[in-house]
Amino acid sequence: MLVIEGLTKRYPTGDLALDGVSLTVPKGQVMALIGPSGAGKSTLIRCVNRLVEPTAGAVRLGATEITRLGDRALRRARRRMGMIFQEYALVERLTVMENVLSGRLGYVGFWRSWFRRFPLADIEEAFRLLARVGLDHMVDKRADALSGGQRQRVGIVRALMQDPELLLVDEPTASLDPKTSRQIMRLIIELAKERNLAAIINIHDVALAQLFAERIVGLHAGRIVFDGPAAALTPEVLTTIYGEEDWSATIRKVEDGDGDGDEPPSVEAARIAAAD
Amino acid sequence: MDARAAALAWRPPPLIEAAWLRWAVYGGALLYLVLALGTLEVNWQRAAEGIERGGRFLAAFFPPDFASHWREIEEGLLESLTMTVTSTVFGVILSVPVALGAARNLAPLPVYLFCRAVIAISRTFQEVIIAILFVAMFGFGPLAGMITLAFATIGFMAKLLAEDIEDIERSQAEAVRATGASWFQLLAWGIQPQVLPRFIGLSAYRFDINFRESAVLGLVGAGGIGDTLNNALDRYEFGTAAAVLLIIIAIVLACEYASGFIRRAVQ
Repeated sequence: MLVIEGLTKRYPTGDLALDGVSLTVPKGQVMALIGPSGAGKSTLIRCVNRLVEPTAGAVRLGATEITRLGDRALRRARRRMGMIFQEYALVERLTVMENVLSGRLGYVGFWRSWFRRFPLADIEEAFRLLARVGLDHMVDKRADALSGGQRQRVGIVRALMQDPELLLVDEPTASLDPKTSRQIMRLIIELAKERNLAAIINIHDVALAQLFAERIVGLHAGRIVFDGPAAALTPEVLTTIYGEEDWSATIRKVEDGDGDGDEPPSVEAARIAAAD
Repeated sequence: MDARAAALAWRPPPLIEAAWLRWAVYGGALLYLVLALGTLEVNWQRAAEGIERGGRFLAAFFPPDFASHWREIEEGLLESLTMTVTSTVFGVILSVPVALGAARNLAPLPVYLFCRAVIAISRTFQEVIIAILFVAMFGFGPLAGMITLAFATIGFMAKLLAEDIEDIERSQAEAVRATGASWFQLLAWGIQPQVLPRFIGLSAYRFDINFRESAVLGLVGAGGIGDTLNNALDRYEFGTAAAVLLIIIAIVLACEYASGFIRRAVQ
């Protein structure tokens, strides 16, 4: 379980990116974090694994208070938090397998990682996961030879290789086409459910968030302005998060675009209600 | 507003916004040029004589004479190549920690300032000046030349490599950091793959520079093919000097092709 209390981040430039954010994400819950650009979504998930150092507040993962850890302990804690990035953030000149195995860097020593002598169990797990996402035929391809959707699947496998308790997902579909976006989101949700992982997913696309997440948190100017089930996301709520706009079009687009009908009925009903 | 009138009136914005400053800069540059030309004293008569003398000097280089001092040439060549290889290897190895320290996105400020200072010192002095110092310290011969070139290599490589490290894609390094990797693992997995092609390309280029410099360093007594060249010129054996120059050109050309090939191969 992830507990965030009063998390505040002020950048050296003076910008207040997060303003006392408190949030609890129980095990196995997939939470979408929506909000306009600059609302602090990226900062929030980076403060959780301290790629960005928070100014105030506490982050606890299980019994570990992440915000109080020293360097070494922080590195150990990061192993428990898999991160999936916007634009994939694969190391482009390394192969698919090397990128996937880099998820194990927190577990193996420097020289073992330097000579790529990872434990057999890790390599086996890598093959299993790559097969699961349909990339087992591309093991030794360089990451920059892959398409966007393939790269993001490698990014997902890399995060899962850490054997995490929590997934931090930053705009996973930002540079993907609508169909691939859905496939990637579905894959993330499926894998999180299979492994009972908590997940925070930053996402621009409100329709996708509604479609795939059970809980939605809206961030505006560094504060939480909405926290509720996907079904409760009405045009009024979207207006508090993003500002005044005709939201009916945003919501209808989902109905038109998605024909495979694998979404939970509650979301469907909520969207129809919201569209009125 | 009428679009046509606006289109006719439109001019691309000038490089310097303020008109007075623009004309001051242009006028100042022109004035300086005129004054500078005025201070040059050119003795045209002497120059005319000189062209003829220069012609005779060049003519003396033909035909190049490879045979009569081949032993010396061979010895100087081997010495230069040894100097080049060892100085490149040592210089490149030593430049890596300096480059890491001189990359602002990796090093804390004091380390950064120190490493940048090392680079600045190495780059300030021309190889010949450093060579004179090292010849004084270690005596005549290739050791002084080797140390000089290694020292110059550190400044060159560290500066360009540090700049490449500062230009890496941050997200890739961030992703490696997010896995719980240690600092050295971050270097090996997040940074090294991104800078390796340039690192190899620069090393090949520096090898080429070091060979050319080794020919110059001989003139101040730091050994190598330059020594051979210097001796030949001192003895007015222009044929031998020409042979040495041709060999230097051939080797630099070979280095050029090789480094181009290597850079393409590692991309």
